[in-house]
Amino acid sequence: MKSLLRGKKRNRTVLSQMLINLALILISLIWVIPVWVLVSASFTDETALTTKGYGLWPSQFSTAAYNYLFHYPQAVLNAYGISITVTFFGTIGTLLVVSMLAYALSRVDFQWRRPISFIVFFTMLFNGGMIATYIFIANTLHLVDSLLALILPIMVNTWFVFLMRSYFSELPRELIEAAKMDGANEWRILFQIVMPLSVPALATIGLFSIMMYWNDWWQALLFIRDRNLYPLQYWLYTVLSNADVLNNTSVANLGLNTPPLHTIRMAVAVLAMGPISLAFLALQRYFIRGITLGGVKG
Amino acid sequence: MNKPDFQNILPSKSGPNWRKFRIQFSKNLPLFLMCLPALLLLLVFNYMPMPGILIAFKDYKFNLGIFGSKWVGFENFLYLFTSGDAVRILTHTVLYNAVFIITNMLISIGLALLFNEVRSRYMARIYQSAVFFPYFVSWVIAGYFALALLSTDTGLLNNLRQQLQLSPISWLRTPSVWPFILVFANLWKNAGYLSLIYLAAMMGINPEFYEVAQIDGGSRWQQIRYITIPLISPIIIIMLVLSIGKILNADFGLFFYLTRQASGGVINSVDVIDTYVYNALRNSTDLGQPAAAGLFQSVVGFILVLSTNQIIRKVDPERALF
Repeated sequence: MKSLLRGKKRNRTVLSQMLINLALILISLIWVIPVWVLVSASFTDETALTTKGYGLWPSQFSTAAYNYLFHYPQAVLNAYGISITVTFFGTIGTLLVVSMLAYALSRVDFQWRRPISFIVFFTMLFNGGMIATYIFIANTLHLVDSLLALILPIMVNTWFVFLMRSYFSELPRELIEAAKMDGANEWRILFQIVMPLSVPALATIGLFSIMMYWNDWWQALLFIRDRNLYPLQYWLYTVLSNADVLNNTSVANLGLNTPPLHTIRMAVAVLAMGPISLAFLALQRYFIRGITLGGVKG
Repeated sequence: MNKPDFQNILPSKSGPNWRKFRIQFSKNLPLFLMCLPALLLLLVFNYMPMPGILIAFKDYKFNLGIFGSKWVGFENFLYLFTSGDAVRILTHTVLYNAVFIITNMLISIGLALLFNEVRSRYMARIYQSAVFFPYFVSWVIAGYFALALLSTDTGLLNNLRQQLQLSPISWLRTPSVWPFILVFANLWKNAGYLSLIYLAAMMGINPEFYEVAQIDGGSRWQQIRYITIPLISPIIIIMLVLSIGKILNADFGLFFYLTRQASGGVINSVDVIDTYVYNALRNSTDLGQPAAAGLFQSVVGFILVLSTNQIIRKVDPERALF
């Protein structure tokens, strides 16, 4: 009798596990279908795409879009270059500026901690708004068409400061005291003792910051007019609203046949997602840690 | 022999205080210098633009500047709220955000419960990656997805309809379809991320509670209902309160990039405060009313965040922002 019951129960858990997995497989498929369709479209023949439309599988396989981009990479490479530059300097700057600030704020014996914390976190509560910020950066600082406008305004991310500060304040205080006894100054303590111990936290905010700069279109939407300075995301937006951008920029005067504009668009989107997807797959545990550390406050 | 330090010996009214101040100053200076770059950035990009909110009370003329333009008091607000623009964009912003809050919450808690039940860690990780991934896809690229899935002639959805012998629908040009597109897009992007927050809370529950429940013969449903949900309810309340604090802030990317494929009639049914202000900034010379809308958003948002923070402090003081 007893074993029978247990068997029944086991069958029930097997069944419920199957149902749960089935539901999750279905949800996951729905979630990734858009990405899948995009990739499949980028490998479809141009005429097949315009006549038969988007499908789960290329109606006629072709790598023409990628071939084209490979042969005339100017426009893509330029946008890529801008995005890489902005992401690189932005992330290094963020890591430095944020960890210096967060370290000082994590020190209980820093007497100006409270007013400075207030100055930092007040920006989360109130801001001048889009128009005031735009007018100030564009007309007073004259940062239109400057890469600085893509990097500096979003560098001090208060959520990153929170995250780093809570990580730093969990480090043993004796460590800092001991280093001080040995005559290390604050800068040495931060860069030679605290930072090396905080690699996981630095990796987490480093990754979030890479994401932030790579995916940013907002700053470009406001401050970039010069087509040569478009970062990838913003360039993609202009390509989406008008595929002819691709045509005008690089090929029109080369006397080629019409390039496969629709599939090129899709290929470009795939190439823009590529690096981010790889980074995500390789390093997602750092993201998950970031979320569980301080996600609620984001 | 050292000279006696007269500074210390001689009684002086300001001496000791000055000295104390100097010691304090030199002790705090290095840490202050570490704050300086961030403080300068905040000063330039967050604080110095703030006087610009005065534009809301001015007849702003580009050539006269913020301070040179004429004061008009609350006229901009008056025009904004009587023109109907304010009512429309406010309703859209609040209603859409309210629906987003509810759907996000239901779906992401549901997902977290499912993740929590999966036995195979390997499979659980795959599912989590699949739903978390869109969080890192920009809205610009999501705009490409909208085109690929929903465009009238070539979109995937209409292709499927055709195979079922149904006539195609022009999804992107039908105003009544847009609420569904926006709600689903928002879920698609955010539910995975939110579910991980709830999942983290669920994993923090002491397993002994479940063991006791099993001994008492509680079913899985009962365990979820009487253990899991009550124990994660502080997080649920905090997430709810936080999102209510931001109810006037629309997700600009969602309402801007996704609606690029829509035509004129639709645009009026999907404009929110942020897109209204942006469009005015781009296309109009009269910045008074949009500035008023922006200031209204900032001030109400400020009050909302302050009051929601008070609520959070009652629920779980550790999670309060200040």
